[in-house]
Amino acid sequence: MEQQRYERPLIKRVENDMPNKFGMKPENFPKTSIDGVKVHDLIEKYGSPLFVLSESTIRNTYRRALKAFKNRYPRVQFAWSYKTNYLNGVCKIYHKEGSWAEVASRFEYEKVLRNGVPGSRIIFNGPDKTEADLKKAIQNESLIHIDHLDELYTIVNLTEELDKKPRVAIRVNMDTGIYPMWDRFGFNYENGQAWDALNKIMASGKMELVGLHCHIGTFMLSTKAYGIAATKLSDLALGIQKKYNHQIKYIDLGGGFPSRNTLKGSYLPGQDINPNIDDFAEEISSALLRANFPPDNLPLLILETGRALIDEAGYILGTVISNKRSATGKRTTIIDIGVNLLFTSYWYDHKISPAQEFTHFSEYTTVYGPLCMNIDVIRDNALLPLLNKGDHFVIHQVGAYNMTQWMQFITLRPRIVLIDQESNVHIIRQAETLENFSHMEDTPEHLKTFEL
Amino acid sequence: MIKIKNNVAVSDSGFIFNPDTGESFTVNPIGVEIIKLLKEGKTVDTITEELQKTYATDAQTLEKDAEDFIGLLRNFSIAENE
Ligand SMILES: Cc1ncc(COP(=O)(O)O)c(C=O)c1O
Repeated sequence: MEQQRYERPLIKRVENDMPNKFGMKPENFPKTSIDGVKVHDLIEKYGSPLFVLSESTIRNTYRRALKAFKNRYPRVQFAWSYKTNYLNGVCKIYHKEGSWAEVASRFEYEKVLRNGVPGSRIIFNGPDKTEADLKKAIQNESLIHIDHLDELYTIVNLTEELDKKPRVAIRVNMDTGIYPMWDRFGFNYENGQAWDALNKIMASGKMELVGLHCHIGTFMLSTKAYGIAATKLSDLALGIQKKYNHQIKYIDLGGGFPSRNTLKGSYLPGQDINPNIDDFAEEISSALLRANFPPDNLPLLILETGRALIDEAGYILGTVISNKRSATGKRTTIIDIGVNLLFTSYWYDHKISPAQEFTHFSEYTTVYGPLCMNIDVIRDNALLPLLNKGDHFVIHQVGAYNMTQWMQFITLRPRIVLIDQESNVHIIRQAETLENFSHMEDTPEHLKTFEL
Repeated sequence: MIKIKNNVAVSDSGFIFNPDTGESFTVNPIGVEIIKLLKEGKTVDTITEELQKTYATDAQTLEKDAEDFIGLLRNFSIAENE
């Protein structure tokens, strides 16, 4: 007799209240393949855990976003936010699609150059640009977004020794009705700091003021805030136009659009309630078109969108290590993916789908990672089908920030594969080895041997 | 020995009613099987052996899950120690 697939015994009290929040169905269907490649085959060949990226989803999401803006405003340019995911294999998809690059450190800046992006297509953000960084950026004609006055004066000094005119913008922070207001980066709009900095740049005559920048926050659920930001930056641009007869070439509204993930503590799933890219495009375009720019001379709109472009294209596949019951009687499941790999589980209730068929029985489960730390929780309370030890599953929408903010804590980081548009699988980052790490260490001679 | 209380009604579809507490429960098919075997007076060891014939899993997992399940039956006053 052929044996049946095992499912652990389950008993549930029939409650009079709704089966789960708002009576929704369990969040789940099996996810057995990604872009035509079987999840089981991927794990068998490349191991568990495994990050998987979909080239089709990256390209489609990008094209949809570009279209949302281009349909409403004629001059739009995306600049890929490297910090969101700086795997070369990923960045190059965006560059092939026409995206410039946005960086916030020298490490990222060098990465972009190695990826073959012309210096003039790199936006250099961040408060920590050294003199050497700035020199390089000036020589490469990159777009330098000045964060503070010390940086501004460093650039002025550098012009003494360099024969290129730095192309600069300032980062502006402002009240867009969002709390908390991000006021630690750049120059404030409301108190006049931003206007002062712009006047200093214009008065010095040493720099070419090309743009205005802001990044008002991340995972922003208010479209209105972007309308306000666009209006305030337009106001500064028009002020410069009027006073100096100097045209600002671009307005860069940074990143911050939400992906479709569900924020922790949200009652409704993100994909139902988060505004989409069209909503943001509508608000921003309307604000820019409403401002008094000459219609034949509109500024270029630059967007440094990160998570909204990549989250959905990333998956992490894993395996169940054990099912347990906690002291309070709660079902818990330990998986081989911890917060070391899934930093964003602090932010989101990530959706988890089994990689095989399952019955309609499900149970509220706390999902723990394998790290020996109490904070290693992937889901506090997920309504999950009954997964067995050794079963595989897929965690969705993990493309943003996890592959840059991950931690090498007590384990090594796994492989990352990219599935191309023809369903071919490419390793775009090898699994780490102990060698990689021993290589960087050195033990003083007197500590090399011991007896126990 | 664990015993399912006599007055507890268990349907084949996995619906349980406990008249002592007025509570109802749902159980999945393997849970129904375990309850049936307990009613027949089988021990956990025998139950594990029986189930192993039907399900593709190892004895340790079965035993661990069966004990956990029976623990819950006891908590819900569906089963009791004899
Ligand atoms: C200056 C800047 N631009 C763009 C981004 C990308 O933001 P997001 O991923 O929220 O779109 C960030 C993220 O922190 C940023 O700091």
